[in-house]
Amino acid sequence: MPGKTPLPVMPARQLQPSVPLVALDYLWFQVAGTVCNLRCAHCFISCAPDNHNFWFLDLETVRNYLEQSKAWGVKEYYFTGGEPFMNRDLLPMLEEALFLGPASVLTNGTLLPEKTVRRLAEIDASSGFSLELRVSIDGPTAESNDAIRGTGCFDRAMEGIQRLVAHGLMPILTAAQLWDPAQDLEVLDQFTDALRKVGYDRPRIKILPTLRLGREAARTRGYSDGELVTRAMMEGYEVTQLLCSTGRVVSDRGVHVCPILLEEPDALLGATLEEADRPHTLSSRACYTCWLHGAICTNYGGIGQEL
Amino acid sequence: MLYATSEQAYSRVAVFGGVYANHRALRAAIEDARLRGAEAIFCLGDLGAFGPSPNRVFPLLIESGVHSIRGNYDESISRGLEDCQCGYTDPRDNHFARLSYRYTFANTSQRWRDWMGRLPAGRRIRLGSSRLLMSHGSPRRTNEFLWESTTPSHFLEKLCDDHDADVILATHTGIPWARRLSGDRLFANVGAIGRPANDGSPAVCYAMLWADGGAVDVESIPLHYDHEALAMEMKAERLPEEFIETILTGWWTTCNEILPMKERRRGRY
Repeated sequence: MPGKTPLPVMPARQLQPSVPLVALDYLWFQVAGTVCNLRCAHCFISCAPDNHNFWFLDLETVRNYLEQSKAWGVKEYYFTGGEPFMNRDLLPMLEEALFLGPASVLTNGTLLPEKTVRRLAEIDASSGFSLELRVSIDGPTAESNDAIRGTGCFDRAMEGIQRLVAHGLMPILTAAQLWDPAQDLEVLDQFTDALRKVGYDRPRIKILPTLRLGREAARTRGYSDGELVTRAMMEGYEVTQLLCSTGRVVSDRGVHVCPILLEEPDALLGATLEEADRPHTLSSRACYTCWLHGAICTNYGGIGQEL
Repeated sequence: MLYATSEQAYSRVAVFGGVYANHRALRAAIEDARLRGAEAIFCLGDLGAFGPSPNRVFPLLIESGVHSIRGNYDESISRGLEDCQCGYTDPRDNHFARLSYRYTFANTSQRWRDWMGRLPAGRRIRLGSSRLLMSHGSPRRTNEFLWESTTPSHFLEKLCDDHDADVILATHTGIPWARRLSGDRLFANVGAIGRPANDGSPAVCYAMLWADGGAVDVESIPLHYDHEALAMEMKAERLPEEFIETILTGWWTTCNEILPMKERRRGRY
């Protein structure tokens, strides 16, 4: 039609929904940065012994954020990396966090010698709040797990779990769903058997989706164009299912929107919790995984299977 | 949230949650609360689930003048939702939650579904000079789990500030606990009367609260009732053996995966 002004084309980013911080319930600490003793083939932030992209947090920094967290009414503290037990201050950090509230550690379970586990049990006993240890094992056998996490890792992590259980702790085995979802129940049974064999008679298991970022994107595939959260997808969706509405993560660079998007440039929101109290646009395709499964990072979310 | 507000000031009240169709414990709790001098009795919701013949609890609540609010279960049943919105994530837990929900939904008359749909989501009363706020999960979310080992005091302080309350009450988890906060404020999870508290005793519990000077005190009252008769009724209704075992032994056999480590460790399963 002559004379008609063409409609302006919106940049793709503006079509993405924006999620406000509804409440700061979960405060995460990237205590080991991207430094890890392992080099897992599916790591979404490509952690490794020589990945110094993000560095360790020190005790003073953690203490400072713990203090700030009280006014925000933070409900739970999470410690992740990299491998948190590579941070020599992890145990005092946990002790201080557990003075205020519940704490969870996401670990590969390979750095849990008797001395460390004994100390964890003491820290647990000294607090009324729960200390959760989430031990990552990605397959119910050495063969399936070690193909992803490295030779010997299955046995070492299982020994870690055995020691935790022997000291009265109840770790949560956390597995990335690297198998065909149709095999979920079979795999769960195999995990349960493997855990019972090391003396864990009430095994706790959490299954997580993989995130197609970092090394995982290279191992399988990255996100496709269709895997993007649109505004229409947020209609009628419970926004608190997304960690960005209820959590933030502290790294050596500042406060980021969530631990999954650590490396995304727009995920760094500021230097303080106040500065990080602003909406985040779901521009990353990894947000699609979070949207699909909901609350994947917290202890009680995960992929639920129908019996 | 839509609150019912009463200007009447009480000095001693009884509060329970999680009736779970346990009409025998409900009757026992009402009698016990009256004997102990409660001026009013309040219920924090979840009237059905788990137990037998859900229709039996409603006349009891109404005849006894119990003031109830709506739990997630009541909301689901009254609105005909697909599930109980309990917030479980484990497949076995969800399996049992679904069995229980289907049974309860099929056995709750439309009349009582409508009645539950009209219940308020929260309630405010005065206890002495204290402002008391009753919720099901928490004042901010009906199905929020407030366990003792995962609820920091600074979080509860903020809840009191945000919701203009001196005392906050909740249920939803089924395990009672209480914590004194700054300025003599108080949080209490009143536990449940429909199911034992995963402590190896078939007794259930409710909370007695009373004004004490400018503050409020709370006591968790263990309640023994004819749990064996309830177990027989559950058997007759062909409810899962797992549920009956819990009523008889006091140990939770299902819905354990949602428990934080400390609460889980205290249980048997």
